[in-house]
Amino acid sequence: MTIDWDHFTPTLSLAGGLLLGLAAAAFILVNGRILGISGIVGGLSAAVRGRADRSDLGWRLAFLVGLLVSPLAAKTLAAAGLWPADVPAAPRIAAGTLAIVAAGLLVGYGTRLGSGCTSGHGVCGLSRLSPRSLVATLVFMGAGFVTVFVLRHVV
Amino acid sequence: MSQRISEFLVGLVFGLGLLLSGMTDPGKVQGFLDLAGAWDPSLAFVMGGAVLVGLGAFALARRRTQTFLGGALQLPKSGEIDRRLLAGALLFGAGWGLAGFCPGPALVTAAMLEPKALLFVAAMLAGMALYEWKGAAR
Repeated sequence: MTIDWDHFTPTLSLAGGLLLGLAAAAFILVNGRILGISGIVGGLSAAVRGRADRSDLGWRLAFLVGLLVSPLAAKTLAAAGLWPADVPAAPRIAAGTLAIVAAGLLVGYGTRLGSGCTSGHGVCGLSRLSPRSLVATLVFMGAGFVTVFVLRHVV
Repeated sequence: MSQRISEFLVGLVFGLGLLLSGMTDPGKVQGFLDLAGAWDPSLAFVMGGAVLVGLGAFALARRRTQTFLGGALQLPKSGEIDRRLLAGALLFGAGWGLAGFCPGPALVTAAMLEPKALLFVAAMLAGMALYEWKGAAR
């Protein structure tokens, strides 16, 4: 195994992780909910089509608006010197159009079927010491390792 | 109203965390998942930082019956480890590795109007709708 020192960002990644934990902490302690992106978005799309309770449209939308304005907020903070100017770095997207569509379908369907993604099972589930979320996290990480291995070293 | 403001701020802080951590860069995610190549361990630091704070927060949440605002505290009941969970996580992990996007970072990158992230989010919503549609057919 070799380390990709050029892209390794321990300090920024740890700081970012602490912010993610802080958000998850505030969401359960202030709003009483689990911060899981796939559940929030999935519940929203179900509610819009009348398949779920419309009464919880409000909190889902409030959260998502906050999430979606975050790049703008980062830019504003950077202009004021309160945010690292080189963050975020330009996203490196290797996947072609077809792979992007297939991946999106897999992520959308899979997270709903498995009731969670990196935030709900990963961050919140592991923090709750949930055996179910630990298993889910090990499975999706394992599948990710295998997929990237095949993608980069086999095909 | 204070509920809505808090939800908005939580979304904002979560988005900033994703940007700061590097999770919005699919190359970084795939770099972490590529154990056989040049490995970027950064994501372990993201998870470590998040869970470190989360452990304390959920330990506190378990001892409370109400939120700080006096609302209901909705901790999930521990469900079963069944085939649905395993199959869902497997499909999700395959998609995550294939593109390097999971739902949160995809939404944030789509908000930066990155064309491939927008396409990914459209496909992700279609995948979620497909799940709902299948559920309705059952």
